[in-house]
Amino acid sequence: MNTSVTLAGITFKNPVTTASGTFGSGMEYGEYVDLSRLGAVTTKGVSNVPWPGNPTPRIAETYGGMLNAIGLQNPGVDVFINRDIPFLRKYDTKVIVNVVGKTTEEYCEVVERLACQDVDMLEINISCPNVKEGGIAFGQDPRCVFEITSELKKRAKQPIIMKLSPNVADIGEMARAAEAGGADALSLINTLTGMKIDIHRRAFLLANKTGGLSGPAVKPVAVRMVYQAANAVKLPIIGMGGIASAEDALEFIMAGASMVAVGTANFINPTATLEVVEGIEAYMGQYGIEDINDLIGCVK
Amino acid sequence: MSVAMKRKTVITENVEIAKDIYSMWLNAPDISREARPGQFVSLYCRDRSKLLPRPISICEINKEQGKIRLVYRIAGEGTREFAGMDAAEDMEAMGPLGNGFTLEGKKALLIGGGIGIPPMLELAKQLSCEKQIVLGYRDITFLEKEFEAYGKVYISTEDGSRGTKGNVIDAIREESLDADIIFACGPTPMLRGVKAYATEHKIKAQLSLEERMACGIGACLGCICKTKEVDHHSNVKNKRICKDGPVFYAEEVEL
Ligand SMILES: Cc1cc2nc3c(=O)[nH]c(=O)nc-3n(C[C@H](O)[C@H](O)[C@H](O)COP(=O)(O)OP(=O)(O)OC[C@H]3O[C@@H](n4cnc5c(N)ncnc54)[C@H](O)[C@@H]3O)c2cc1C
Ligand SMILES: Cc1cc2nc3c(=O)[nH]c(=O)nc-3n(C[C@H](O)[C@H](O)[C@H](O)COP(=O)(O)O)c2cc1C
Ligand code: FES
Repeated sequence: MNTSVTLAGITFKNPVTTASGTFGSGMEYGEYVDLSRLGAVTTKGVSNVPWPGNPTPRIAETYGGMLNAIGLQNPGVDVFINRDIPFLRKYDTKVIVNVVGKTTEEYCEVVERLACQDVDMLEINISCPNVKEGGIAFGQDPRCVFEITSELKKRAKQPIIMKLSPNVADIGEMARAAEAGGADALSLINTLTGMKIDIHRRAFLLANKTGGLSGPAVKPVAVRMVYQAANAVKLPIIGMGGIASAEDALEFIMAGASMVAVGTANFINPTATLEVVEGIEAYMGQYGIEDINDLIGCVK
Repeated sequence: MSVAMKRKTVITENVEIAKDIYSMWLNAPDISREARPGQFVSLYCRDRSKLLPRPISICEINKEQGKIRLVYRIAGEGTREFAGMDAAEDMEAMGPLGNGFTLEGKKALLIGGGIGIPPMLELAKQLSCEKQIVLGYRDITFLEKEFEAYGKVYISTEDGSRGTKGNVIDAIREESLDADIIFACGPTPMLRGVKAYATEHKIKAQLSLEERMACGIGACLGCICKTKEVDHHSNVKNKRICKDGPVFYAEEVEL
């Protein structure tokens, strides 16, 4: 049975990674799962300098989902290079680094700093709804998507994945813009902008007022968007949004994703990633599927 | 493998001890073996639309019987679900989580406010020095009798129905209590008051904080508190309450 997939020339032992920001740099969940069992670890977004993130409360639970407004708190690329990359390199897994910035220059700076580092792919977060500048602002206009993709592509030594926002009218248009800019792969979905009000306090639940919706509640939207993006471009896609089981993951794969990422489910079940890996193998055994690649985009 | 795995525990008792306040004993040998006062567990709801685990402090530890006790208030749908559960039912829990209190000092002041009172009970049990225990309530009191075995108990109520009328600081001032170490858990305004009192009297203080959590293990950065100095993990002035806390020295954190 073959569970390995190849995206942009990089081969992953299985199609399962972690969704950026839900798994830190793997240190905490490394106590629960053997990171070497994962196709890749995708890290929390990293910026050129340390970012303090948003005030609290940063988390609110919603029906079948959650809102977060972390605001991309991260220790900055220097600490990341000195501490987190060496940690992840101890494991037999690929490393995908999620990159954030407030301006094109800031994204470029991080990509340049990572160029000579031992990481496998860069995932460019142009879809975070929780920061005032940068993030999503780049991901909602096809011209911006094209421009930032081509700027980063000039500088990156690793293949780049453009992470798309679901907060757009036409996901196919954004996918095509990233492809035209030279992206090597796409990932989606990032979170959907949402809001929750505490009626007893008559106040917003999150200090940031709005937050990004994730978890099982968003899955049907995510599957639909992966399907649309897969039909719009030839690029490989990493699908995510509410994946909590192998069954969920297989929906994304059949819709056209070459890989899947497990995010919010980690908070509910620290071994969710591993269960997805094992469940996909069990499914392949059950239906006599020799190669996972035969399932990618099999539902037309 | 980590000791704080998510595991199945069994409820051995779940009773209402005051209006909307419940005391639950869990048969959880792996948790009780490792647990220290001031640590917490994450409880999972059965209703899967409620995704996130509910952090609840460990109130008592019985290592011999492999049990832990939790005392919780019905605050919303999740804790309401827990309140409706009976002995012999399963409860999914992860823990023990967080750092817990550091046992120190010669003359201690243990301060609990509202639903911050439960974790002080195991602390009172394990702390061997002289103890003065100050418990602050809005109106209805709970657990106060159980503290009497471990030290002198002082009570404050907001409506004045028991003890000092006012808050825990009013009670401390009224009784002019002194100490070389303070341990406190309660709502943030109370902790602010405790911090101010501790600073004014140059008393070392350990405060247990609370924040909305998702992962409970330090990965999501949802539950941070502001710190005075740059933290070595975050590289900014934030610490994670679930992992680096919930207990911090008063001078470390900005409340
Ligand atoms: C370290 C720590 C220890 C705690 N110890 C205790 C304890 O010993 N006894 C006790 O009664 N309560 C304790 N709490 C508070 C308890 O976690 C909340 O009351 C509980 O999560 C409410 O859940 P709910 O579903 O009933 O309420 P809902 O309001 O329906 O919950 C919705 C969401 O908000 C979160 N939430 C709501 N209130 C709080 C809160 N005050 N703190 C953190 N998250 C919250 C819930 O976990 C859930 O994700 C503690 C909190 C923390 C952080
Ligand atoms: C707490 C939290 C933090 C996140 N941080 C990031 C981030 O730093 N960069 C990023 O590209 N996406 C981030 N995301 C989005 C996830 O990577 C993912 O796209 C989204 O949550 C949908 O997947 P899920 O439903 O499986 O969580 C974050 C999501 C959550 C819940
Ligand atoms: S709850 Fe995730 S870091 Fe504390």
